[in-house]
Amino acid sequence: MSSITARSPAVDPTGPLAPAVRGRRRTELLMLVFALGLVAFAFANVGYSLKGRLPSPMAEYLGVFAGLVLVAHLAVRRFAPFADPLLLPLAALLNGLGVAMTYRLAAQGNLLSVRMSPSATGIQLVYTAVGIGCLVAVLIVIREPRMLQRYTYTLGAIGLALIAVPALLPASISEVPGTGAKVQIRLSSFTVQPEEFAKLALAVSFAGYLVAKRDVLALAGRRVLGIDLPRARDLGPIVAIWVASLLLLVFESDVGTSALFMGLFVAMLYIATSRTSWLLLGFVMFVAGAFAASKAFSHVGERFDIWLHPFAGQNPSHNAYQLVQGLYGMASGGLLGKGLGGGQPYITPLVQSDLVFTAFGEELGLAGLMAILLVYGLIVQRGLRSAMSVKDPFSKLLAGGLSFMLALQVFVIVGGVSRLIPLTGITTPFLSQGGSSLAASWILIALLVRASDTARRPPPRPIQEEGVTQVVTLP
Amino acid sequence: MSELSLTIIRVAFLAVLWLFVIAAIGVVRTDLLGSAGMPRRVRGSRQPQPLRQPRPPRPGRGSPRLLVVTAGALKGTSVDLNQQQITLGRANDATLVLHDDYASSRHARIFPQDGQWIVEDLGSTNGTYLDRQKVTRPTPVPVGVPIRIGKTVLELRR
Repeated sequence: MSSITARSPAVDPTGPLAPAVRGRRRTELLMLVFALGLVAFAFANVGYSLKGRLPSPMAEYLGVFAGLVLVAHLAVRRFAPFADPLLLPLAALLNGLGVAMTYRLAAQGNLLSVRMSPSATGIQLVYTAVGIGCLVAVLIVIREPRMLQRYTYTLGAIGLALIAVPALLPASISEVPGTGAKVQIRLSSFTVQPEEFAKLALAVSFAGYLVAKRDVLALAGRRVLGIDLPRARDLGPIVAIWVASLLLLVFESDVGTSALFMGLFVAMLYIATSRTSWLLLGFVMFVAGAFAASKAFSHVGERFDIWLHPFAGQNPSHNAYQLVQGLYGMASGGLLGKGLGGGQPYITPLVQSDLVFTAFGEELGLAGLMAILLVYGLIVQRGLRSAMSVKDPFSKLLAGGLSFMLALQVFVIVGGVSRLIPLTGITTPFLSQGGSSLAASWILIALLVRASDTARRPPPRPIQEEGVTQVVTLP
Repeated sequence: MSELSLTIIRVAFLAVLWLFVIAAIGVVRTDLLGSAGMPRRVRGSRQPQPLRQPRPPRPGRGSPRLLVVTAGALKGTSVDLNQQQITLGRANDATLVLHDDYASSRHARIFPQDGQWIVEDLGSTNGTYLDRQKVTRPTPVPVGVPIRIGKTVLELRR
């Protein structure tokens, strides 16, 4: 199963293979400059709308952000020279738009349900620095994605522990005020959302587990209605994850994360075994479980009621107030939006974190939302592309799983705020205010960058003169 | 700031945002790895010649142009045949790297000679079979006759 990439010193990067596998770092730099320009434009737009002039601290914010992005670019240049040229600029654009939106909301921070001080923009930039720091650290430490395969079970245990901790802690420490969701750990004024990191650990763990077990899981059992169902005895893992995700739903009241874990596992199972039956099975199990939970537990049932009847009875002014205000916000944005700084996104509770997408919808309109969704889509496409071209099965599964997870997370929150599925308190990657989410998103990008670098690295030159001693260095 | 200039800024921002997305899609389009579709095509040559150079004289009508994998882990993969030899095996430097437990590192090679393609076993453990016959010496390969290496089956196509 394992193959060793032998890199002989005779490999000449400017050899005849070079044109086909050029690193494309210059394209990346160009796109990064473009992204920075857009972020600057966003800041300027906010300033002109709110104050009629360029925001005074704009130069400092942009300078810091540009510096951070440059550090990330240099790190990729140094440690992942063959990486995909788009992953970093796309992520940087989203992060920059998030910072600009934080600045825009903090400028009217006293109108928000959870107040924001004007220093929030600076804090968000510090979080960005932490996120970029994570990116650089991952690129330095993890030289090959399959290094992580060694820690399959360690990371699985860490991931489960991180998810379980908030449920076990008292509500005063772990509950997000006003939502009833127990997903964070509060230490004085500083909060961490462990699930953001748990999902990365679990993605690595699932990849390692499925590489080892996929041959068994791909075995077909009975054939029903043209679909090969798996054998009953192979259902163990999926049932275990299903139970875990339902426990998460019941004890942390967190439909989004619960769907994310189940979806991640099922999607990776599908990638590993290419059996559609797992997808069907997983979907049916999750929907049935969630439905049963909504009947059995009132706090889960309330979420479903908000989703199905937001405008009924007391809902619009009480339980469904957040969702309804988000919908009104997006509706008032219309096709082209009110312009950054022109709307009233501060009416929606928690608009800076969970419902940031509605703020973008109100101020950039449907046109802006579609562009943002396409940026996410492109990140996912580049990730899946790397997964397809990388050779070893662990990296393939990891890159595929992480890309899918990003897509699913965006789906869960965007579907939530647009009432396609029940709204849950899950962050929008890169756009939401908050450090845990930002750091975790940058780690995800770092892993995809690493996978794409491995996938696109030119193969070692074939041994042409037999008999000449080759010096082989193992990474 | 007048209403009009704010509207212009607003629409201009959306336009630039979309320009970014289009530029990103342009990068995807020009990306060489990104443009490779399924099924994969492995270059038959280790040193691909730039497209603008005149190609070597094309062999006659009847000679094969593709080596296609018809069974095994690489099923669907095809290799363009030009005048270079094709090495098969599990080693990373093979033209077609076989992920096949029954293949040797350097299992076999297929090379052109006098307008024919010849298969030669390179001392593999489990042998190379041309149709049902074990290949013991360099043997010409007719078009469409399966070459078996472990669980992998290849054949030449026109």
